[in-house]
Amino acid sequence: MAARKKAAPGRSRSTSRSGGARTTLLVATRKGAWLFHGDAARRTWRADGPHFLGHVISHVVLDPRDGRTLLAAARTGHLGPTIFRSADLGKTWKEASRPPAFPRAPEGEQGRAVDHTFWLTPGHASEPGTWYAGTSPHGLFRTEDGGASWEPVSGLNDDPAYVKWMGGPQDGTPDGPKLHSVIVDPRDPAHLYLGMSSGGVHESLDRGASWAPLVQGMEVVDGFDASNIAFHDPHCVRVSPADPDRLWQQNHCGIYRLDRPSREWVRVGRTMPRTVGDIGFPMVVHPRDPDTAWVFPMDGTSVWPRTAVGGKPAAFVTRNGGRTWRRLAAGLPAAQAWWTVKRQAMAADGGAPVGLYVGTTQGELWSSRDEGARWSCLARHLPEIYAVEAAAPG
Amino acid sequence: MEVLIPTPLRSYTGARLVDASGATLAEVLADLDRRWPGLRFRMIDEQDRVRPHIRFFVDGEQTFDLGRPVRPGESLQIVQALSGG
Repeated sequence: MAARKKAAPGRSRSTSRSGGARTTLLVATRKGAWLFHGDAARRTWRADGPHFLGHVISHVVLDPRDGRTLLAAARTGHLGPTIFRSADLGKTWKEASRPPAFPRAPEGEQGRAVDHTFWLTPGHASEPGTWYAGTSPHGLFRTEDGGASWEPVSGLNDDPAYVKWMGGPQDGTPDGPKLHSVIVDPRDPAHLYLGMSSGGVHESLDRGASWAPLVQGMEVVDGFDASNIAFHDPHCVRVSPADPDRLWQQNHCGIYRLDRPSREWVRVGRTMPRTVGDIGFPMVVHPRDPDTAWVFPMDGTSVWPRTAVGGKPAAFVTRNGGRTWRRLAAGLPAAQAWWTVKRQAMAADGGAPVGLYVGTTQGELWSSRDEGARWSCLARHLPEIYAVEAAAPG
Repeated sequence: MEVLIPTPLRSYTGARLVDASGATLAEVLADLDRRWPGLRFRMIDEQDRVRPHIRFFVDGEQTFDLGRPVRPGESLQIVQALSGG
């Protein structure tokens, strides 16, 4: 397993301690959003929130192209889904004029309706104003005006094969199917990846006009046919900022790495401790080292408790492309902690050393200033945390 | 007609009671959306289905029919029903 050449410092789009940039954590929860502004040392954090108290916020993302625009994917228990946009880092918000929505179905046909927008990804650096949104049920949407109006990406949403693989609202996770991990190649705005739970990993070379599955090597639940794209369940896919030809994936069935141009994923999670396994939701990658990535395993045995394994939460890191893994639990609860870290709720900043952040289903926000060597609780008593982003406002 | 706006939608209207016009429930909702853009989509999905926790009462009678005629003097109550923590 060859180690990848490390990129020159500064290639990452994330924050850098040496540059004096500060980290702001964008925390999306079941009952609102919070921003936590860190000091230069990432020791103290100022809570800013709640924003949208009572709204179900799936994702809050900063636009790295201007360092101040935020998009938030929202709905409430009563109200349908929408997108809010802030041009001043959350001081004021404005609702999208046309949120993600499927086209009206022909008379007599059962049309699809967006239940919630689950995932937001800023477009390429050369395309300011462009963003992608992944929804539940599965749908990909794009805006070219900074999030005010969204159009369906028909090349995916209406492709007959994809409609079949996507299934209906009943075919996904317990909280509905999720289209997630929309990735824009930093070298090419037309080159996209995405994941569908369930429904596989897919690639487009033409800005979403057409797509092809990228599931070779990925395993499916025992007894099912891996040649059926619908059975593949990627939980989180990441691209290395230091080497965009390297992809990492935390799947329902293991941890994987893919080095392009290969199309075959390698299950690198086999080397995780057998008592822990390689099942989980989130995965994050090092901003400058393509061989380093972190996961936060969960219990995927029997009835799938999806809690920390044995009630002992821990991150695991590989620093050699997945050949070996090391447990990182110092400071985390030593026992009887049964929370879960969802797929969007783990983040890495661009600092040196890298800061790591984990949000839990019990509303706790944990941080590490030293790449996971030591953890401390940054906030508790928040609502269930759905997503954490480590942003670097300009 | 007079329309009772539930609390989750008052960030749009700023008022508990508003006036709207139309010959059908659909037209009344369209009129509300003209005045407060985005409000309709929070209640009605892109396939013109009433969202699960939204209820409309015209003169006290529950209806799911957006084509239901409304007559002068009738009122519309929009109710949002949600349970759980």
